[in-house]
Amino acid sequence: MSQIKNLTKGFIKENPTLVLLLGMCPTLGVTTSALNGLGMGLATTFVLIGSNLVVSAVKDFIPDKVRIPSYIVIIATFVTVVELVMQAYLPALYNQLGLFIPLIVVNCIVLGRAEAFASKNSIGASVMDGLGMGLGFAFALTLLGSIRELLGNGAIFNFKLIQSDGMLVFVLAPGAFIALGYLIAIINRLNKRNA
Amino acid sequence: MEYVIIIIAAIFVNNVVFAQFLGICPFIGVSGKISTSLGMGGAVLFVMTLATLVTWLAQHYILIPLGITFLQTITFILVIAALVQMVEIMLKKLSPSLYAALGVFLPLITTNCAVLGVAILTVQKDMNLMQGVVFTMATAIGFTMALVIFAGIREHLDNMEVPKGMRGVPIALVTAGILALAFMGFTGLV
Repeated sequence: MSQIKNLTKGFIKENPTLVLLLGMCPTLGVTTSALNGLGMGLATTFVLIGSNLVVSAVKDFIPDKVRIPSYIVIIATFVTVVELVMQAYLPALYNQLGLFIPLIVVNCIVLGRAEAFASKNSIGASVMDGLGMGLGFAFALTLLGSIRELLGNGAIFNFKLIQSDGMLVFVLAPGAFIALGYLIAIINRLNKRNA
Repeated sequence: MEYVIIIIAAIFVNNVVFAQFLGICPFIGVSGKISTSLGMGGAVLFVMTLATLVTWLAQHYILIPLGITFLQTITFILVIAALVQMVEIMLKKLSPSLYAALGVFLPLITTNCAVLGVAILTVQKDMNLMQGVVFTMATAIGFTMALVIFAGIREHLDNMEVPKGMRGVPIALVTAGILALAFMGFTGLV
């Protein structure tokens, strides 16, 4: 039961992006389309699962004083793996996401979960936490990407839904800020009603 | 002339915050007051310039000659983290007044993605050392400017009647969007 809770909390109640407001840079930077958002979300999910797994496995061997640098090295290793795999098998997506792939290293969600959860819990729970948080992040990015793609191009995942040119501003930088602002406002509103 | 173009492009046309989405966390988190924004901006300028300098040297004198450029991400983040620690220790000893002004912001900078982002960008764009340093300083100035402008707006926003759900971060994001729209006017300047 608690394992399932670890998995589902990241989705809505503690959604890293929409509720905890972590990892804003990739959230705004890559969500020009639903596909980019999903790709970034899944890449981050992989890093989160991997780093949570390793951090919780070695947590008893790392001296307290050097734990943050050690976590960063672990995270950077997984990011490099993602970088190389994407470059080899998904070059188009890799070029689209560009700079934001290496920047997963400094995504506060990943380090935050390593420090706040994986360093205190068992391996199983940490993997579930990583999976849940990662999917929550991917969900938020895909949602924001879909909204921006729909408003900007009239399409979702490249499927044309509305036959018009759309509002270009939503694909460009300002639209990212505005769309995310309203999305967080709506989520705030819904969470308050449920509470 | 070449440097003027780099500077104008980095500050206005490709502003780190409004066009490249780097350093959003401190942008939203720290930009409550103009004075703290200036402090944060100063700390970023300092660390970013040093970081680009060191990572550029590491890239061109260690990673490329040894053929291990795939270790770029790990190397850069470690260098930056170590650098921030070192700057903090040195500032504490050498200049307590400067430490008092910038000290609180230093630990936050390791996770500021703008620092790592600019270091990687400098290498990716094949800049030489001088261009890289100028580019980095201009980027940091652009970051500070964005932070200060935004802080000025937020000081006024606090006194406004904002709808309940929009209070705090949502209205800040929408305001940033409008600001970004204004910055789009610089497109085509260079």
